[in-house]
Amino acid sequence: MIYFDNVTKKYKDNSSLEEVTLSITAGEFVSIVGHSGAGKTTLTKLILAEEAPTSGTVFFESTDIHKLSKRDLMNFRRKVGVVFQDFRLLQGKTAYENISFAMEATGKSDEDIIEDVPHVLELVDLTNRAFHFPHQLSGGEKQRLAIARAIITQPDLIIADEPTGNLDPTNAAEVINILKKINSLGTTVILTTHNKGIVDQINKRVITLENGRIIRDDKEGKYMLK
Amino acid sequence: MLIHAKRIIRSGWHSFVRSGFTSIASVLIMTITIFVITSLIFVQASLNASLNDIKEKVDLTIYFIPGAEEVSIKKVEESLVKLPEINSISYTSASDALSNFKDKHANDYLTLQALDELNENPLGASLNIKANDPSQYESIAKYFESDNALSKGALTIIDKIDYHQNKIVIDRLTSIIKGAKSLGFAVSLVLIIISIIITFNTIRLIIYMSKDEISVMKLVGAGLKYVQGPFIVSGILVGISASILSIIIFIPISIWLGNHMTDFIGINLYQYYKSNFLQLFIIMLGSGIFLGGISSFFAISRYLRRK
Repeated sequence: MIYFDNVTKKYKDNSSLEEVTLSITAGEFVSIVGHSGAGKTTLTKLILAEEAPTSGTVFFESTDIHKLSKRDLMNFRRKVGVVFQDFRLLQGKTAYENISFAMEATGKSDEDIIEDVPHVLELVDLTNRAFHFPHQLSGGEKQRLAIARAIITQPDLIIADEPTGNLDPTNAAEVINILKKINSLGTTVILTTHNKGIVDQINKRVITLENGRIIRDDKEGKYMLK
Repeated sequence: MLIHAKRIIRSGWHSFVRSGFTSIASVLIMTITIFVITSLIFVQASLNASLNDIKEKVDLTIYFIPGAEEVSIKKVEESLVKLPEINSISYTSASDALSNFKDKHANDYLTLQALDELNENPLGASLNIKANDPSQYESIAKYFESDNALSKGALTIIDKIDYHQNKIVIDRLTSIIKGAKSLGFAVSLVLIIISIIITFNTIRLIIYMSKDEISVMKLVGAGLKYVQGPFIVSGILVGISASILSIIIFIPISIWLGNHMTDFIGINLYQYYKSNFLQLFIIMLGSGIFLGGISSFFAISRYLRRK
């Protein structure tokens, strides 16, 4: 599904990723671990085409993501749900509208929106917070809302970039459980984290990055960094 | 298509209403711009009224020799009517001139007695001419100096034309009128440009504050129109609110100006506001919508160019 072919990303003189080659198949749950600055976020930005690689190619299925036109990129992004550490919710919209915006953007009908949004809100346990604005929600609620927004369009892939970074252990565990549930329904999940407890609990594929390079790729791995 | 438009308008409306202080600030800035534009229309109207007033005071009189036949004078008048520069001509006969003179000097016993002793009317008839524009008096005066059929006959009965005596005043007034008009226009243009730049930058700043949201919208797969649309709708709503606010603000201002400044300005601005209300309303609303929409469009385009 995703294939990195010898990808290097440099910012001025600093390398963020060095000659990374990896492939992720559909339906996988992949944790990408590493210390701060190891290149985890750069890797997700390259998949989303927020950044272009300095050299190498990133494929989604058989398409080079960075050669897509604006229109094709828009269509590609509709197949990917994104969850960030800092939530990146639309502050001027209620929880309901944050989710419905993603559906509206993809051209879904009002009937679909009215049917699907309450369902997803229920899934992430935010039904009674539907008409609250992000600033009225707790950290855990914000992250659950971000997940709801990411899954509402039934994407092929979910990228969760340090989704538990700002959460307490209880909320973090809840977010990971939701991601596991989504994965069990067939959606590919890429999770970046440096939380050992979480990675060990998931017990799925773990890619370990250090200084921009892949140093381990374990099928049912644990968090091995010190 | 229709559902997209509905969603964009609703989203723009929500963002305008929910932005609270930011929306109020941009409405106030835009109100200043529309206020400046409308004030300049008022200034131009007052300036035009004053200039017309001055123009009205400038005229040219042809004095005929006493005893000149009315038929000959009428011939001169007929030939003058054909000139395109002439706005109006009024004829004063010798006897009217005499009675006007007597009325004017009703308290001057000595002058009236001297006039009675003359036994005949020493005053001639005259033609008072108003041109369309003060700069045209010179060409009208020259008409009599030129060598044409009329001048040959007419010259013998014309005593004097007072243009040459008034020439300096007329020339000065003409240049003041021209100067005031071009200065007024230049000042208006500069002020309007400054206010437009201020409005544009305010909206740009507001959109800059939303640049993270714009990137999130793009990341969830929103198309360019869907990201851009609500911001433009918001900008237009700012423009509409600001123009309505300006329209309301101008009501007490024009009433006060009408009551207290009509003599000074030369025009009752409240009457002017009332009689031109529809036009002014369209100008204010149009500038508001245009400024809000265009500013938002350009400000957001910057963030949409990036992938």
